[in-house]
Amino acid sequence: MTLLSVRELSRSFFGLDAVQDVSFEIPAGAVHSIIGPNGAGKTTLFNVVTGLYRPTRGQVHLAGEDITGAEPSALARRGLSRTFQNLQIFFNMPALENVMVGAHVHSDCRLASALFRLRGMGRRERAAADEARRLMEQVGLGAYVGAEASAMPYGALKRLEIARALASRPRLLLLDEPAAGLNPAEAVEIENLIRQIARSGVTVLLVEHNMRLVMAVSERVLVLDRGRLLADGTADEVRANPAVVRAYLGTRNAGKKMAVHA
Amino acid sequence: MCARRDLLGLAALVAVVAVLPLFLPNRYFYDVAILAGINAIVCVGLNLLVGYAGQISLGHAGFFGLGAYASAILTGRYGWPPLAALGTGAVLVGALAAVIGRPVLRLKGHYLAMATLGMGIIVSIVIATEDRVTGGPDGLAVVPFQVFGWSLKGEETWYWAVAATLVVTVALALNLMASPIGRALRSIHGSEIAAEVMGVDAARYKLLAFVVSAVLAGVAGSMAAHYSGFITPGKVGFFHSIELVTMVIFGGMASTFGALVGAAVLTALPQALTSLREYELLVFGALLMGTMIFMPRGLVPSLAALWRRGRA
Repeated sequence: MTLLSVRELSRSFFGLDAVQDVSFEIPAGAVHSIIGPNGAGKTTLFNVVTGLYRPTRGQVHLAGEDITGAEPSALARRGLSRTFQNLQIFFNMPALENVMVGAHVHSDCRLASALFRLRGMGRRERAAADEARRLMEQVGLGAYVGAEASAMPYGALKRLEIARALASRPRLLLLDEPAAGLNPAEAVEIENLIRQIARSGVTVLLVEHNMRLVMAVSERVLVLDRGRLLADGTADEVRANPAVVRAYLGTRNAGKKMAVHA
Repeated sequence: MCARRDLLGLAALVAVVAVLPLFLPNRYFYDVAILAGINAIVCVGLNLLVGYAGQISLGHAGFFGLGAYASAILTGRYGWPPLAALGTGAVLVGALAAVIGRPVLRLKGHYLAMATLGMGIIVSIVIATEDRVTGGPDGLAVVPFQVFGWSLKGEETWYWAVAATLVVTVALALNLMASPIGRALRSIHGSEIAAEVMGVDAARYKLLAFVVSAVLAGVAGSMAAHYSGFITPGKVGFFHSIELVTMVIFGGMASTFGALVGAAVLTALPQALTSLREYELLVFGALLMGTMIFMPRGLVPSLAALWRRGRA
């Protein structure tokens, strides 16, 4: 089954095309990665798919439904969630409540229930806290369950975003550079976490610069360059694709550098 | 019902409010306590918007004034029962806040401050100039509050009425913040983009906080009008809006008890400083500045942090 379908998608800023006529389909299950040099349009593509930007042209379908231009808050309800390249943590809240916000779409948000604590509000809240605690442990943040988000180190905050995204019980999870800024040991832990998330039945779409991580976890790799889709295939296919090598190393020196490495 | 951790704070508030009259020697002190209580009701509401959701409003005195004038006009001119006038006033203020809030809350930061400031000024100008309805700058006399033939007279009776309303307001505010709605409001303050991606309709929740805070300001305005028996456009003006926001920030943003303490302290302090005569405002300003420099998070959160550190 096709979970995410992107059709001839373009997004331009002031006449400059950040994403140009990109089309691809993501079947349900497994880990799919989008790679490309800086400025290739990866984050723009994420932002269009998650509703933060409206596309200039083209369409996005999630599980067969047209979600082009839908509000981000409506997409969470349809099973789409994401993390951010530049952390977007609720620093004014405890870590546990950061994760509980992720479960917002599954909460009782009626005003009367809240004001008068009706319909088992106390019980529901305790259950939500328990679930958030379980998710924090799952992503390896058991030690921070009682912490304020503002007191947590960078690597832990990256995982906190993943736990928060998982709390919405997504079908499709978009991870925007989850390993950026992490040391090699932490990157391996993130790799294991991504595998574990995929095994639990969540489809993962990953943007990442850490090639070792991308090649290790991805069933399939899409390559973006200057806003266009350059290649699409398994990790090995993409690695062997001359156009990809050129995009990463530059046209003029590509041959020379390859020769040096060989 | 309340969440367990909130019950303690609420019980403390009930105890303070119940014992306070023992320390109020005369009508003047009762008067200050009542005004503090009325301000506290407004501030607990305003804190939902300013402290928790992180959206500024420099126009809430407008809602306070609309509640006050709705009560004054509906009871005085049309002979409505005060409770019905208060309820209708609250509904009108809420409806107006919903209509104004929708476009205005799309603005952020300074722009939102400007827009709400303008809204407050418009309300106060309309009240001051529509003198056939509102009495203009001369103000309006307001009939005493009556419920089921029983009339609220005297400082002592008013004290208990305001105290009860305050306790209920605080309980509802605590409940709201201990719910998914409260979490959504705080998440908007933390990162609006992340809140949206997590399914929080930020525009809707900002509007909710705006309307709830406006309704509380309106109810407090109605009570203030009946209590003092007279209203003038002064309480509707820009300066009162600033006072209210100052109370919230001084007491501690994103803390219901902070808003309460801020309102109580900043209502009582000028009274306590009157013995300083011409230095009154000077000392008042210096105390405000000192508190914000040494306790930037506000009175209650800073003291709470200090206490926790002392125990650890």
